[in-house]
Amino acid sequence: MNPGTGLQVRLRRAVPFALDVELEAPAGSITALFGPSGSGKSTVLRAIAGLQSMDVARITCGGATWADTAAGVAIPPHRRPVGFVFQDYALFPHLTVREQLALSLGHRPAAERPARIDSLLQLVQLQELVDRRPAALSGGQQQRAALARALARDPAVLLLDEPFAAVDWALRESLRRELVRLQRALSLTVVLVTHDFEDVAKLASHLVVLEGGAVTASGSVETLTGRNAVPGVSGWREPAVALDARVEAHESERQLTVIAAGDLRLEVPAIAAPVGAPVRIQLAAGDVILASRRPEGLSLHNVVEAEVLAIEPAAHAALRLVHLRVGATRVLSLVTADAERKLDLAPGKPVLALVKAVSIEAFA
Amino acid sequence: MDWTALGLSLRLGLVTVALLLPLSFLLARWLAFGRFHGRGFVEALVALPLILPPTVVGFYLLVAFGRGSPVGAAFEALFGQPLVFSFEGLVLASLLVNLPFAVQPMQNALAAIPQNVRDAARCCGLSPLQAIRKVELPLALPGIATAAVLTFAHTLGEFGVVLMVGGSIPGETRTISIAIYDRVQAFDEPAAGAMALVLLVTAVAALAITNTLARRAGKRD
Repeated sequence: MNPGTGLQVRLRRAVPFALDVELEAPAGSITALFGPSGSGKSTVLRAIAGLQSMDVARITCGGATWADTAAGVAIPPHRRPVGFVFQDYALFPHLTVREQLALSLGHRPAAERPARIDSLLQLVQLQELVDRRPAALSGGQQQRAALARALARDPAVLLLDEPFAAVDWALRESLRRELVRLQRALSLTVVLVTHDFEDVAKLASHLVVLEGGAVTASGSVETLTGRNAVPGVSGWREPAVALDARVEAHESERQLTVIAAGDLRLEVPAIAAPVGAPVRIQLAAGDVILASRRPEGLSLHNVVEAEVLAIEPAAHAALRLVHLRVGATRVLSLVTADAERKLDLAPGKPVLALVKAVSIEAFA
Repeated sequence: MDWTALGLSLRLGLVTVALLLPLSFLLARWLAFGRFHGRGFVEALVALPLILPPTVVGFYLLVAFGRGSPVGAAFEALFGQPLVFSFEGLVLASLLVNLPFAVQPMQNALAAIPQNVRDAARCCGLSPLQAIRKVELPLALPGIATAAVLTFAHTLGEFGVVLMVGGSIPGETRTISIAIYDRVQAFDEPAAGAMALVLLVTAVAALAITNTLARRAGKRD
């Protein structure tokens, strides 16, 4: 299978509700299908797995055609190399963790299976619970078992349906880290369905926004958030950019870490990741202060030279959303209309962007 | 004690269970998972033997199995003997009368399997048949066992339909229930009492077994 090409999906259906989408999930990265409930995102995921029929479907993955209604091709679900993690995990209640994994290894020679089960269990850290049935596992353990079962298929695409919706906040954060770790280690192609923008901002590199059965935006998370162009988010979530950064250096004496997102270099409270490691950061527009002169005597770490690209009205009439450019990296700043006048902000004008180190949310 | 009648009843019960379970499983699966119009009508048909008086069921079966009917004529042409007043006729009647006892527990057990779990089976690489064997059958096992026990016990006890369709031919159609009635008619109370006790014990055992199975199924989830 050619790992260079990801998943291409084209779906159309008239009933029970209209759905007409075209989307792409690049190989080796996480693509988020984001939208409100009822937008059809779970239906799209089920169609990719072959669990849902469509009036028109064309699905190809890594050069293989999984569905093509025009050519009469419809590979049944059990012959598509997908790993599916269901929202409620859908573990088999009558089987132990080991048996669940064994069931998913039908495509491998019997002699390989025990070793493969061991390595999968190690991957999700469930070695001790291998002989338990789902009822005897906690929510987080069930999710890891479901993830291992999906990975057991050696999937070309890993499909996750609201994987963190059923767990509490603290566990959600650690499961997110787990997923990112696995995705990077195995360079998995992942399609993640979610209605929680935190999942998008922390995990995804590509974003497809679905509303009322249609794609209303798609592209890289960095680009879409940097332009405040994610439909369905601006109203209730403060604009924030999600940036892919790397650890550049550790300043252990000052307990700070320097990270770089493109041309934007920032100091953040020390994070436990080696130099060169990828870090996802979120920078809320309200946390970016603009100044015309370099300030002194502040507790501030990050003073960055930027250029105003555009100014747009914000949700609140007294506020303005300022689009900034730091080299090629885009950042947003939310300021008052009063500050816009005082600083005489206009497209093309150079400004200083001030960012408190503690207001940068880094996810490593 | 009419040992021949008891033997016949046991044979009828076992044959009925053996034939009815596979057929009912398919029917139950269709009713539990199928999406089609008229499901309510099919379910009503399956449940009909529960509320129709056995003599009414027996009367219609007698007419349907008779020499004048297509079913009766076809059977006689194939096997050279009439369907009514024969063990084979009794089996056929028993299959129809027991339909609700076999279908309903299995249908409930299958319907209780979440859609996602069945989808997960397919996404784990199981073909439709493998998914039935490795996921649906084991999960529906308590329902299947309940169906078997209820069908068996009910077959032993069926009276009205057997009398109408089979009559009371020793070794052919005289089941233990008919034999009890026979003994009472002949004022042979000790024999009737002994046989009634056998059926009573069987019924209590059947209920104990089904309740235990139901509890066990509940515990696992």
